[in-house]
Amino acid sequence: MSGFGNALSSSIGRKYVMGVTGIFLILFLIVHAGINSLIFLDDNGLTFNVGAHFMATNWIIRAGEYILFLGLLVHIYQAINLTIQNKKARPQTYAVYNGSANSKWYSRSMGLLGTLLLIFLVIHLKDFWVVSRFTGIPTVDANGHEDLYAVMREKFQDPVRVAAYVLLMISLCYHLLHGFASAFQTMGWNHSKYNGIIKGASVWYSIIISIVFALMPIAVYTGLIN
Amino acid sequence: MSTGNMNLTLKVWRQKNNNTKGALVDYKLAGISPDMSFLEMFDVLNEDLITKGEEPVVFDHDCREGICGMCSMFINGRPHGPKDLVTTCQLHMRSFKDGDTIVVEPWRAAAFPVVKDLTVDRSAFDRVIAAGGFISVNTGNAQDANNLPIPKMQADAAFEAAACIGCGACVATCKNASAMLFVSAKISQLALLPQGQPERYRRVQSMVAQMDAEGFGNCTNTGACEAECPKGISLENIARMNRDFASAKFVSEETV
Repeated sequence: MSGFGNALSSSIGRKYVMGVTGIFLILFLIVHAGINSLIFLDDNGLTFNVGAHFMATNWIIRAGEYILFLGLLVHIYQAINLTIQNKKARPQTYAVYNGSANSKWYSRSMGLLGTLLLIFLVIHLKDFWVVSRFTGIPTVDANGHEDLYAVMREKFQDPVRVAAYVLLMISLCYHLLHGFASAFQTMGWNHSKYNGIIKGASVWYSIIISIVFALMPIAVYTGLIN
Repeated sequence: MSTGNMNLTLKVWRQKNNNTKGALVDYKLAGISPDMSFLEMFDVLNEDLITKGEEPVVFDHDCREGICGMCSMFINGRPHGPKDLVTTCQLHMRSFKDGDTIVVEPWRAAAFPVVKDLTVDRSAFDRVIAAGGFISVNTGNAQDANNLPIPKMQADAAFEAAACIGCGACVATCKNASAMLFVSAKISQLALLPQGQPERYRRVQSMVAQMDAEGFGNCTNTGACEAECPKGISLENIARMNRDFASAKFVSEETV
């Protein structure tokens, strides 16, 4: 019997894995951007710290965190796998290749954009996740919650870090711009009545998510919020 | 044909066979007519080479009417050259300028080994078709066509998928050398019609398995194939194949 393993190891199956994990990560970004946006309430991070506290202590969220890391690792693993196969499929490259004549540069550069995001992720997890989970948040806020907001304010005093965060949100935007709509096509959800909605949602989602994330280091650094 | 007045520099990939390394070789051409097709321009080059006692450039061609799918040149970084919805034989020299340098390479993919110069072996496509790109009609007379009502939209979509001439431009232009557009067109032309239904889910599994076995790359939805296809085969076919593949693997009880 050809089971699910057989299906998922085929070229289309591997793409399903990329699509499903991609959509899962897209949904995660909405939650992440939503909770982080609480800093824009400009209440010295009190509400944000409540949100952060909930995310750090609720057992469903904690269990979800494992699934998130699993999804991310599978997405990365499969991307590497597919890239290696794709390189093998064209051992001799063209002397002249005019890709821009027929496709968007970011659709051809998902590996590069993804690698940049992975580097960002390592820095980002070290900046916040490791602090909140392992090394410990040094101070508490007026409500007695661990003051993750203070950590954020301290990190985003460094202009190099702020610039890096903002630049990498541009690569996030392009990665999503292709990935969002691409996931639908991979899953076979291509339908003349919905394609416009998918494309529109893809563009708006990518731009809004990236801007919301980029605004956080900018707002903290420039003192728009304090 | 009008008298030619174009001077061109060609950089053509010359390769003795699949076991030797190839290289781009420069050729100067003078007096080329803008009304010539790209292949006629190559005929002039070859006449020239033969007169000089050199070996002519080997390239695939057959009908020269844009319908057989034999011609296959990668011209200045694009399959079938700079124009949309044409094959190389229907590309004319008026699409270029006097003094241009034109780089011509063969389709490049592990699944399409070079036979010689610009000719590649596309029998991988034949094997994908042989794996399931057919319907089984074992016996009996043809029944009345009106016994099988087919909605107009459905018939049109099947016809559009069937327009694929199997030239391989999709594979050639795809950055991953993926054959998804070709295979999905061949699956769709049958999946959209009643005659294709009995073998629909068996077919998609067999043909995709053969596609993978041939060493084509994986689709990353860049859309380059659709943009370069001389017959305008749509990406919708790839989505349909992806849907059918999921149905076959995760819903259908028939396994292949």
